[in-house]
Amino acid sequence: MENINILLPEIILFSGICIVLMAGVFFNNSFNLVVKLSTLVLLSVVYSIISDWGSGPEIFLKSFISDKFSDYFKILILISSLFIFFSSDQFIKDNKLNKFEYHVVIMFSILGMFFMLSSNDLILFYLGLELQSLALYVLAAIDRDNTISSEAGIKYFVLSALSSGLLLYGCSLLYGFTGSTNFEEISISLTSQNTGAVFAMVFILVGLAFKVSAVPFHMWTPDVYQGAPTSITNFFAVVPKAVGLAVIIRFMDLPFKNILEEWQTIIIFISIASMILGSVAAIGQKNIKRLLAYSSISHMGYALAGVATGSTLGYTATIIYITIYVIMNLGTFGCLYLMKIDGKYTEKIEDLSGLSKQKPLYAFSFLILFFSLAGIPPLGGFFAKFFIFMSVIESKLYALAIIGLLTTVISAFYYLKIIKTIYFDDTTVKFDDIGNLSIKATILLSCLILSLFFIFPSFLTLFLEGLFT
Amino acid sequence: MIEIGLGHYLTLGAVIFFLGVIGIFLNRKNVIVILMSVELILLSVNINLISFSIFSGDLLGQIFTMLILTVAAAEAAIGLAIIVIFYRNRGSIRVEDIHEMKG
Repeated sequence: MENINILLPEIILFSGICIVLMAGVFFNNSFNLVVKLSTLVLLSVVYSIISDWGSGPEIFLKSFISDKFSDYFKILILISSLFIFFSSDQFIKDNKLNKFEYHVVIMFSILGMFFMLSSNDLILFYLGLELQSLALYVLAAIDRDNTISSEAGIKYFVLSALSSGLLLYGCSLLYGFTGSTNFEEISISLTSQNTGAVFAMVFILVGLAFKVSAVPFHMWTPDVYQGAPTSITNFFAVVPKAVGLAVIIRFMDLPFKNILEEWQTIIIFISIASMILGSVAAIGQKNIKRLLAYSSISHMGYALAGVATGSTLGYTATIIYITIYVIMNLGTFGCLYLMKIDGKYTEKIEDLSGLSKQKPLYAFSFLILFFSLAGIPPLGGFFAKFFIFMSVIESKLYALAIIGLLTTVISAFYYLKIIKTIYFDDTTVKFDDIGNLSIKATILLSCLILSLFFIFPSFLTLFLEGLFT
Repeated sequence: MIEIGLGHYLTLGAVIFFLGVIGIFLNRKNVIVILMSVELILLSVNINLISFSIFSGDLLGQIFTMLILTVAAAEAAIGLAIIVIFYRNRGSIRVEDIHEMKG
């Protein structure tokens, strides 16, 4: 008998989803009930993961693994989804998105991500990936009476289905040329001499790069960010990105361990291209969600620079980077939920002009978050970039470090431009007062963590040290 | 008679795969065609997996194929649903009409 306890978080999550779904169907006006129940489900999953931290051998023919690495990312995505639930509550109600399916679909995608993170086998990995993406297609188009949202849905569906196809083609070749779908067995038979399998690696990398919107495969990001409702964009910007990077690290660390030289070049190229395009293309943007899309592309570039080192130090730096990226984005999107004029939400950057005279605190939180996104010391975003560049220099990838530092400067330009709009331009419009506590708490918490990170910057490093053993 | 071996099946798979990819990018008319191209890609993967499975005597590839068939059906269903809501909003599913957002 296998030790099913290892699977407990997934079991709780899945049965929780079924219960929430039933509650949603059987009660009228069940949105508030569903929100409470799904919060409860996610909290109990958090508890079950923490109480059984990093335990256990692989089960189900070594296809399912629950190590510290996957547990860390599961906790990260659960907590960030909880914050997204809390802070987007009012936005959802104001935009009449309060159907009970909303949270159920989000939880299905989280379940898919759990399996992606825990998979030690190509088949389980593919099924988790598809469960996640199928739920995300629905989420992108969830505002179904809105032309832009359904257009975002179509674009995301077509490109993501294509990328899943490429990834799957890579999986089939990898299976054929190594004779197994298990990550450990693949890693044994995958060497540079095995040309077919190296070829397969390229396809898998392309599929994964799509999921984290790294540069040659970033086309969907700005459109989907802009078209989807802001609460969904918040989810898209935070959770699938973190999982995508975790999966890239898992692939590089396990099945592709022996062909470091082959994939390193590709990752370095992807990373440099993302950093450059993300920082250059964001300059002319007038829609703040589009700007954040390009900003997230360049952030993925920095995170991938850590992966490109192929060392434990670099992987740890990437995990720190993605953690701080998640915190920054939760705060930034919290600020977007407050951009409301005469009862309608706005996304235009020019509407922010002169915000500091109107609402000094709100303007100041924008300042902290954007300074942190730009990587200005002593905020959290600076330390995230610092760890990345330190690991890159330690691996002697000097070109990558220099280009990364240059693009940091370029991207600081558009963040500072928004700060300039907020602080030095004339007031044109008046924002509504939103007294929602959960949005303010999210922004406050995110700003606090980012501004107090310098007191003890190595606590994440110390915590993450045991992740790769 | 030529002996049909693994290479022939893989070539067939690769040809169908690239037909699917090219179909997505060259298609300027209808979104449904894109949906068909996605199905082509998934089916080419199935051909690959089954031929690998048969020639190596390992059953895993065939199990994988069955799972991919299921996923492909779900993906087609969701894709059609999204196309239906897009059609309701815009009254057209021509690829050229999917251009509201740019930049």
